Amino acid sequence: MATLLLEDLRKSFGSTPVLHGIDLALASGEMLVIVGASGCGKSTLLRLVAGLEVPTAGRIVLDGRDVAGLDPAARDIAMVFQNYALYPHMTVFENMAYGLRIRGLTRDAIRKRVGEVAELLGLGGLLARKPRQLSGGQRQRVAMGRAIVREPKLFLFDEPLSNLDAKLRVTMRAEIRRLQRRMGVTSLYVTHDQVEAMTLGDRLLVLHLGRPVQFATPMEVFERPADTYVAGFIGAPAMNFLAGRLGHGGSAVELDIGVTIPFADGRRPGPDGRKLTIGIRPEHVQPDPAGLALQVDLLEPLGSETVVIGRLPGGEMLSVKVAKADAPTEAMQVSFPAAHIHVFDAEAGLRLDATA
Amino acid sequence: MERRTIFPGIALPMLLVLPQLLLTVVFFLWPAGQAIWSSMTRADPFGIRTQFVGLENFADLFSDPLYVDSIGRTVVFCAAVTALSMGLALLLAVYADREIRGRGFYRILLIWPYAVAPAVSAVLWILLLHPQIGLVGRWLNRAGVQWNYKLDGTQAMLVVIVASAWKQVSYNFIFLLAGLQSIPRAVIEAARMDGAKGWFRFRTVVLPLLMPTVFFLLVVNLVYSAFDTFGTIQALTQGGPGKATETLVVKVYRDGVVNLDIGSSAAQSVVLMLGVIVLTVLQFRFLGRKVAE
Ligand SMILES: Nc1ncnc2c1ncn2[C@@H]1O[C@H](COP(=O)(O)OP(=O)(O)O)[C@@H](O)[C@H]1O
Ligand SMILES: [Mg+2]
Repeated sequence: MATLLLEDLRKSFGSTPVLHGIDLALASGEMLVIVGASGCGKSTLLRLVAGLEVPTAGRIVLDGRDVAGLDPAARDIAMVFQNYALYPHMTVFENMAYGLRIRGLTRDAIRKRVGEVAELLGLGGLLARKPRQLSGGQRQRVAMGRAIVREPKLFLFDEPLSNLDAKLRVTMRAEIRRLQRRMGVTSLYVTHDQVEAMTLGDRLLVLHLGRPVQFATPMEVFERPADTYVAGFIGAPAMNFLAGRLGHGGSAVELDIGVTIPFADGRRPGPDGRKLTIGIRPEHVQPDPAGLALQVDLLEPLGSETVVIGRLPGGEMLSVKVAKADAPTEAMQVSFPAAHIHVFDAEAGLRLDATA
Repeated sequence: MERRTIFPGIALPMLLVLPQLLLTVVFFLWPAGQAIWSSMTRADPFGIRTQFVGLENFADLFSDPLYVDSIGRTVVFCAAVTALSMGLALLLAVYADREIRGRGFYRILLIWPYAVAPAVSAVLWILLLHPQIGLVGRWLNRAGVQWNYKLDGTQAMLVVIVASAWKQVSYNFIFLLAGLQSIPRAVIEAARMDGAKGWFRFRTVVLPLLMPTVFFLLVVNLVYSAFDTFGTIQALTQGGPGKATETLVVKVYRDGVVNLDIGSSAAQSVVLMLGVIVLTVLQFRFLGRKVAE
C-alpha cells in the first residue's frame, strides 16, 4: 500500500507533446480510473509511472520517494497490460512465479504464494498450461495473478478488459473491483470505456488530448460535467447539446429553437445575449403533449427502454430515452425540464454554475 | 485463407512445372545419379577400364584413416564456424535492436558482407592476414607472434574459420534481428516490471522466444560451413598446409579433380549428399513446426 503523487507530469515524443501537465494524488488503497478517448495519452501516462518511459518534465512520487530516475524493476509496481503480455514459453505457474524468483523467494514460499493467488483467481487447475492453451478470460486472470502475486506498492491497469467479450467484461470488472478492495492496493486503472470508468473508480480523471479536464467522483462527473467534452463523453446515449443565449437578466436561457427555459438553480453570470450551450441527457428529455414536435428518424430498442433519435423543427438532432411502452412511431412532443439542464459557455465549453 | 486454382486437364499443369523439373533433372538428378554410379566403380591406374565394385569404395573410405581425420576436422570446423558466426551475429543483433541513432546505417553495414563473393572476401582476408603483406599479419609478427598461416596448420584452420564465419554473420544477423523484433515489446516490458534485468532477462525471456530462429539458423549454418565454404577455403589455403584445412568438401575436390581418383571422390560426394539430405529434412521439420504453431 502506498500513496502516489504526480506533479505537472509532461511527456513529448520528439516535438509532439502528448501529456500537458498531469497533477494528481492517490491516497493509500484508492483506485483511480483514468478515462479518455483512444490516443489521449492514457497508456503514456501509465508507462511514465511504470518507468517504461522517461518524463519530459514533472515529478512522480511513490510513497514519499521520487522515483524519477529509477528503473521499472526498482519501483515495485505491477502492470496488467492490454494484451496481457504473458510469457508465452512459460506455464501459468512460471508466469506468476517469475517475479518472485527474481526477488529470491525460496521454492516452497513461491509455490505457496502462487498457489494462494491461483486459488483466489480460480486458476488452480490451470497452473501447468501454457498461455496459448488458455481462453481470453483465463489469460486475463493470469495477467492479474502475475501482478497480484508480487504484492506490489501500486497496480497499473492498461485497459485490461478491452480484449474480452461483453459478458466476460462485466464479470471481470466486478472481480477486479472485489480483488482491489480486498487487497487494498493503490491502483491506477486506465480505460476508454465510460461504463467501466463509472463502476470501478473511487474517483475519475477524465483526460482529453493529454490534458486533465475533470477529477472527481464518478457521480459528480456524471451530474456536474466540467465541460462539454466530459458531458458528451460520459453517459450513454450521449448528452444532447442545443445552442442558446443568456436572457432575462441571466435567469433564463433562450434556446435558438425558440424555447425559453428559466434556470432552476439561479442566475448565470454574464451579459444577456452571452452565447451558451445547453446540455440535456436523453433520459431527462420529457415526453410532453404541449412540447416541441420531434420527427422520429430512428428507434433503438434497448429492451425495457427505447432510444428515440429524431429532429426538432429546426433540424437539430435530439435523442430521447423513453419507456418501451411510450415509444412513438413517427413523431412525439418533448420538453426540457429546467431541473435537468446543464449550462456551458459556448466559446470555451466550460460549465457555468449558478451564482448563488 | 488458402487460394487454390484448379487447372483443367493435364497438359497445361505439366507444361507449367516443366522448366523447374528440367532444371532439377539436368542439374541435380542426373549428376547425382552419375555420382552414385561412379561411386560403385573403380578405374585401373591408367584410366583405361572401369569396373563395377559395389560398395567397396565406401568400405575403403571409412577404413581410411585420412578420411576419418577429415571427418573430425570438418566437425571441428563446422562447430567453430557456426558458434562464431551465430554468437557474433546475436551480439550485433541485440545491439541493433536497441533504439540507437544511425541504426539504419549500422544495419546496412552489417548486411554488406553477405553480398561479397567468396573469392573477393578471401582476398580481403589475405590482405589483412598475410604474414608479409597483411596489416594484421605484419603487426602480429612484429608483436612477437610467429604468424604464418601458410606454414602453421592451426593458424591456417583459424584463418579459414574466421573468414568463413565472417561471411555468414550477415545472414545470421538479419534473421536474428527479425527474430528479436518479432518478440512483443510488451512481453519484454512485463519482464522489466517483474524486476528482471540484463543478462537474466535475456536468458529467461528473450532467448527462449528466439529459439525457433536459433534452431533454424543452426541447421543453415551447419550446411553452410560443411558445404558452402569450399570457395573460401580453396582461395585461402587450398586445404593446406598439408591437410590442415582439408574439410570433406575440399577432400572431394582434391581426390577427384586433382588426384583423379574418381571412384573414391564420387563415394565421398554421395556421403556428403546424404548429409545434406539429413540436414535439409531437419530444417524442414523445424520450419514446419514453427509455421504450425
Ligand atoms: N513511442 C511513441 N513515439 C511517438 N508517439 C507516441 C509514442 N507512444 C505514443 N505516442 C503517441 O502519443 C499519443 C498517445 O498515445 P497513448 O498514450 O498510447 O494513447 P491511449 O493509450 O490513450 O490510446 C498518440 O497520439 C500516440 O500516437
Ligand atoms: Mg492505450
